[in-house]
Amino acid sequence: MKIQVLFFGITTDLVKTSQVEILVDEKISIGNFKITLKEKYPELKNINSYAIAVNETYAEEGLLLKDGDVVAIIPPVSGG
Amino acid sequence: MQRTSIKITSEKLDLNECYNFVTDDSCGGISAFVGTVRNDTQGKEVLQLDFSTYKPMAIKEMQNIANLVLEKFDIQKIAIHHAEGMLQIGDVPVIITASSKHRKAAFLACQFAIDTLKETVPIWKKEYFSDGEVWVNAHP
Repeated sequence: MKIQVLFFGITTDLVKTSQVEILVDEKISIGNFKITLKEKYPELKNINSYAIAVNETYAEEGLLLKDGDVVAIIPPVSGG
Repeated sequence: MQRTSIKITSEKLDLNECYNFVTDDSCGGISAFVGTVRNDTQGKEVLQLDFSTYKPMAIKEMQNIANLVLEKFDIQKIAIHHAEGMLQIGDVPVIITASSKHRKAAFLACQFAIDTLKETVPIWKKEYFSDGEVWVNAHP
């Protein structure tokens, strides 16, 4: 199934894009998605941690993705 | 009656707008927090800051904070406005105003709102120095 991935902050610089579509297995969890993402973008190992948002809401590791979901990579925020 | 005002803009933030939004005849006080761009980070001169956002989600998260503030504190209205794009020293990236019957709730609401915004709202700033640039907080 197809997932749209958005990168923000330092991760846009690391992977050198802000948006990409990737194909993943049906019902992949966020945790496994992060592993897949790190295989595709080894540069992401250069940040210690990042959060994931699915369809504009923070998501836990166990959440299962659906076809067409928009997954955002959220490095540590620094607004204000 | 609308009790929250949430905004992300590349225009200059307007303290009067935030102030006027929260004024209310039932209130005895208004508290405001105004964030400003500082000229140094750990002794190093900062030239400018670039704020980027995940705008639709950032708006949602700011709205969540405003709703939570209304639940937690005895306040009448709250405005949370944030800037995006390149800001210079002294410019204002964030304004929060809150009005309440008694002053303590307004003070606490502003502090809670800015502290939470800095933890949860998907906004990032890049600091520009004379010799390069750094994403703030990227390696906590």
